[in-house]
Amino acid sequence: MTHAAATHHTSMGLDSRKIAFWAFIGSECLLFTSLISTYLVYKGRSVVGPSPHEILNIPFTSVSTFDLLMSSLMMVLALAAVQRGDMKWGKIWLFATALLGLVFLGGQVIEFTEFVHKGLTLQTNLFGCTFFVLTGTHGAHVTVGVLWLLTLWVRALQGKLGPGHALTVEITGLYWHFVDVVWIVIFTVVYLIQ
Amino acid sequence: MAEGDHPNEQAHPSAETYLRVAAALVVLTVLEVGVFYVPAFHAVLVPTLLVLSALKFSLVVLFYMHLKMDSPFFSFLFGAPLLLATGVLVALLLLFFGTLTLRGAAGGG
Repeated sequence: MTHAAATHHTSMGLDSRKIAFWAFIGSECLLFTSLISTYLVYKGRSVVGPSPHEILNIPFTSVSTFDLLMSSLMMVLALAAVQRGDMKWGKIWLFATALLGLVFLGGQVIEFTEFVHKGLTLQTNLFGCTFFVLTGTHGAHVTVGVLWLLTLWVRALQGKLGPGHALTVEITGLYWHFVDVVWIVIFTVVYLIQ
Repeated sequence: MAEGDHPNEQAHPSAETYLRVAAALVVLTVLEVGVFYVPAFHAVLVPTLLVLSALKFSLVVLFYMHLKMDSPFFSFLFGAPLLLATGVLVALLLLFFGTLTLRGAAGGG
């Protein structure tokens, strides 16, 4: 069924793909910190409204946050299932992770649409510009993650993903969890600290 | 050697550990939202929220991203840019706060 993928060990005994991916995550830290910094630096400097406290919906976003946290749990359960060769549950958890990611994206689409109807766009004020760029960039990352997860799920359905590809699932998980930790910071900095 | 068999890494946590971490994350999120809505906490809202957020961040990174049991080199690859980014963030905030103070002083003088 599955063939163990070729390994790429370095002289440190670590897989080169995992090293490369952690380096990529490190660079993503810099990207998101620059966007968060921009948001914070321009916070409270908008000349016209709407302002954050007038428009942000904390109960709605709290549910989205819970959804993304649960998707991270699904992801680690998928990895654990693939590692022990239980592909039935591996497929279920992978699909559940992607589904929760889609729910999060749906929530973001609803939120953005509501904001636009209330008069907040990229061009309205500094808050709108920095908010949409920050959360939109995060949403784009979630979209990539969902596509990646669905690709893995389809490969698992085709029988092309097995315990021999555990590292592939682990790297996908690293990306997904990073997207989750970025949201943990955004939820606090943008939504709760107004 | 199949994918995932690495001599420098310990075994990943059990499903039970993952569930406990998830429960902790849910409790911390409920606390965050609770603190936001309780007026008594408003005096210490920002530090409380930052601590709770840092706890959630650490739990995901240590247990779900396996930095607690993986090679320390991965922690370095993640931690060094994170430290640099945090430093830049703090410097920018201080710079802008400083500029505001100077402007205020100039205007007041």
